[in-house]
Amino acid sequence: MGHALTAEQAAARTLFHVVDEHDHEAGGSTLLGFWIYLMSDCLIFAVLFACYGVLGGNYAAGPGPKDLFDLSLVAVNTSMLLLSSITYGFAMLASYRKQVAATQFWLAVTGLFGAAFLGIELYEFAHMIHVGATPQRSAFLSAFFTLVGTHGLHVTFGIVWLITLMVQIGKQGLNKANARRLACLSLFWHFLDVIWIGVFTFVYLMGMLR
Amino acid sequence: MSAHEHALADHRPDAGPNHGAEEPHGTLREYVIGFLLSVVLTAIPFWLVMGDVTWSKQTIAFVIMGFAAVQMVVHMVYFLHMTPRSEDGWTLTSLVFTLILVVITLAGSLWVMYHLDTNMMPQHEASQPL
Repeated sequence: MGHALTAEQAAARTLFHVVDEHDHEAGGSTLLGFWIYLMSDCLIFAVLFACYGVLGGNYAAGPGPKDLFDLSLVAVNTSMLLLSSITYGFAMLASYRKQVAATQFWLAVTGLFGAAFLGIELYEFAHMIHVGATPQRSAFLSAFFTLVGTHGLHVTFGIVWLITLMVQIGKQGLNKANARRLACLSLFWHFLDVIWIGVFTFVYLMGMLR
Repeated sequence: MSAHEHALADHRPDAGPNHGAEEPHGTLREYVIGFLLSVVLTAIPFWLVMGDVTWSKQTIAFVIMGFAAVQMVVHMVYFLHMTPRSEDGWTLTSLVFTLILVVITLAGSLWVMYHLDTNMMPQHEASQPL
């Protein structure tokens, strides 16, 4: 941070920290902190992906991906999550313009797409369990339900957070704290989309290729 | 972030790291480009697997993994607004660190377990790591 020093100070002593005062706004480090949380979440998914990669071929003479996965359903599911990503973007853009109603509208649309994604995923899970492909059936199915279920759980909590935020914005408007919360949820929501890219490629598409 | 904060930040350009004023800020153009790119990058892998493509399975697997990697970068840039400059570079630093750990975890697990499988489980239902 040498540029923050005057030439006089720099000449006087070697410094390893910033000497001049600068603002630490309330919540100024929240976004970086939240990003680091997301990185730790990324490691959870890395471990689950590794687990699936190792166990994904162990069917224990039970059903495999080709017997269970319906790719057209996964394609619809993927488009739900993609659409929710851009509608969240619209909510962010509306919030920059301080348009409360438009922000709330796009958040609601995002929530509905998220709920549709969850609904389709639960339908898929229910169908699999109905035909006997439960997590207990084989190592492949244990790993599958853990990985995809953890992602679904994240989406569930994302929707809970989204509803909470809509209530907060309804009560307090788009103040600084709510703008920060919106930005954090934006990171979370788009991050889940990135994880889903890994899931549909690694689990569903590659599963059908086996 | 409001225009007011921008104005504040502009008033003290030499005030050192300006905490809190670096919120990633997307534009409509960015979101639309990101969305269109990800639609294309999603549709092609699905078509490769669902359509009647005559390539070998291995080729298709490599191609769709490539598409996934590109799409992840697209999402990082256009939706998560990652730049090398955001938060004085700390977001990128932590991302790179995490990616190193992810690669070690994934590659290490698959590599070690593949060898364990081939050495210790010579049965008919041997695992087929991806």
